[in-house]
Amino acid sequence: MLITLFGVAVIVFFVIRVVPGNPIAMMLPPGAGEEDIARLKALYGFDKSLPEQFVIWVAGVLQGDFGTSISTRQPVLSLVLGRLPATIELAVMALVIAIVIGSVLALTGTRHRGTRTEGAIDVTNGMALSVPDFLWGLLLILLFGVLWPVFHISGRVSPALDLPFATNFYLFESVLRLRFDIWLDLVSHMFMPALALAIPLAAIIAQLLKQSLKETMHLDYVTLARTHGYGENRVITREALPNAILPTLTLVGVQFTFLIGGTVIIERLFSYEGLGNMAIDAVINRDLPLIQGIVILFALMFTLVNLIVDLTYALLNPRLRHG
Amino acid sequence: MSFLEITSLSARVGPVPILRDVSLNVAAGEVRALVGESGAGKSMIGKAILGTLPGAIHITGGEIRLDGQDLLALRPAERRRVIGQTAALIPQDPLTALNPVRRIGPQITRRLVDILGWSKRDAEARALELLAEVHIPDPKRVMQSYPHELSGGMRQRVLIASAFAAEPKLIIADEPTTALDVTVQKQILRLIKEMQQRHNTALLFVTHDLGVVAKICQKLTVLFGGMVLEEASVEAFFAAPQHAYSRALLAATPKYTDPDQSLTPVPQSILDDLQAQLDFAERTTT
Ligand SMILES: Nc1ncnc2c1ncn2[C@@H]1O[C@H](COP(=O)(O)OP(=O)(O)OP(=O)(O)O)[C@@H](O)[C@H]1O
Ligand SMILES: [Mg+2]
Repeated sequence: MLITLFGVAVIVFFVIRVVPGNPIAMMLPPGAGEEDIARLKALYGFDKSLPEQFVIWVAGVLQGDFGTSISTRQPVLSLVLGRLPATIELAVMALVIAIVIGSVLALTGTRHRGTRTEGAIDVTNGMALSVPDFLWGLLLILLFGVLWPVFHISGRVSPALDLPFATNFYLFESVLRLRFDIWLDLVSHMFMPALALAIPLAAIIAQLLKQSLKETMHLDYVTLARTHGYGENRVITREALPNAILPTLTLVGVQFTFLIGGTVIIERLFSYEGLGNMAIDAVINRDLPLIQGIVILFALMFTLVNLIVDLTYALLNPRLRHG
Repeated sequence: MSFLEITSLSARVGPVPILRDVSLNVAAGEVRALVGESGAGKSMIGKAILGTLPGAIHITGGEIRLDGQDLLALRPAERRRVIGQTAALIPQDPLTALNPVRRIGPQITRRLVDILGWSKRDAEARALELLAEVHIPDPKRVMQSYPHELSGGMRQRVLIASAFAAEPKLIIADEPTTALDVTVQKQILRLIKEMQQRHNTALLFVTHDLGVVAKICQKLTVLFGGMVLEEASVEAFFAAPQHAYSRALLAATPKYTDPDQSLTPVPQSILDDLQAQLDFAERTTT
């Protein structure tokens, strides 16, 4: 895991320095003198050789110092941590929506396997999968933002609201503080981007889980449960589902990391103030320290998701739990 | 009146007949063998009774009465309840018949609670008692175990205990030992017989091993191509099988006294004869 993170650090550090574009030049007013440029370069450490810069940066990161953002002149760490909760809430909301929609479709398809209902579900899945999340985003903006404006399609929360929060986990904290008015406003902002992110994942979950359920339904212990007097619904949800989840889980973990990657564009599209939106600004401004910090954080999230998936898998599978 | 009465049962998959006009009775407390070579339709009869026929197979005629109730005339939910309360299955492969993610205890007790309305504590006491009856050394520990922690023989004991849990009047055992080690097979057979006698349960025993039939059954039905060829008491059958196919089947069975004796397979002429008979029956009924 640490090796992965280090690899990511190396790649991002050198790649963004190979890409043309000079961060210093963008900070200075036109016609700045040579010494000004040199002074700024020295301030941000750009006067040293690349390997030296890398070592300095890594040494800082290991002590929790990610450097200073060039465009905002604030510490990268606090900037990034300030935005992280917004992205986590969005991604988790999308995941929950995807799991709910995906499971309902998979269970319905299994319940009515071989009928037109299952056919309709397959077609829906195919359509959901053939359109990427950002196009779903555009479509949702058109439908529910413009044609029939029931949801907010821009920002994270209405600017007029007074936020009494101590952390940036607004959604979470609004529940803790029983401020359901704010909660509702947050959800109304978040729902469209979350849905756009969720649709492709929901389709993947529906497809994998349904396939896995259908295979499980033929197994002997399911048949045995039938002879015990259990009806179809109980057999599906209580005998087949706990087993069918296992092979689905690993793949959903991988897909969820793609979803986190998808937040970059979706947040931009919905002007949602998260990490992804900040990443795009950072790239536009050639804010190298900020880009590095954000990429490392994304990589950290990916590895954490994989870790959580592995742990959940072991928890749900008695064969792994008992060595 | 027999506990299980099957009358003129026919089933098809598409146009292909799977069961042809099968009639078969099992009286209360009786052990009936259902023999026949692979593909004869033995398992399909068991599945038809328990309501677990594969989707492609449709019952096209006949009656299945369990304790006097016409199963095929009942609504599905009611039918499931009757089957769950009065019949049980001992499956063929103990390695696949237990749910891998659930502990043994609930796999025995759950339906007692869910379907038969027992209290949880009664169901657990009952399960412990049954596990002891099937000679499992440490019932408490086994209740807490997951299937993968038990050997094949142990799992089959668990499944036998589970089959007897609701005091069913009929148990269907579909080749309950073929998936087991030879050494374990005999113990399990003895156990099934022992449990059947103790609980005085009717038993429909599916097998193609006539040696086993001689040991534990009273009656026997010979099936070929989905059709009943012969039905007799076990003594009468072994003394003088009526049908040429039955005689050939008997000749093809190894004797326990002399397993190495050379065996004569069922002669092709008899099989051809039977096939012609089936084809004829097919032409006249359709
Ligand atoms: N799912 C299915 N769909 C269609 N036909 C099937 C299906 N399962 C079994 N059959 C057919 O039904 C017939 C009877 O099968 P059955 O399983 O009852 O045989 P059996 O006597 O139990 O044989 P064995 O001793 O091998 O278990 C066979 O000809 C088989 O090809
Ligand atoms: Mg069979």
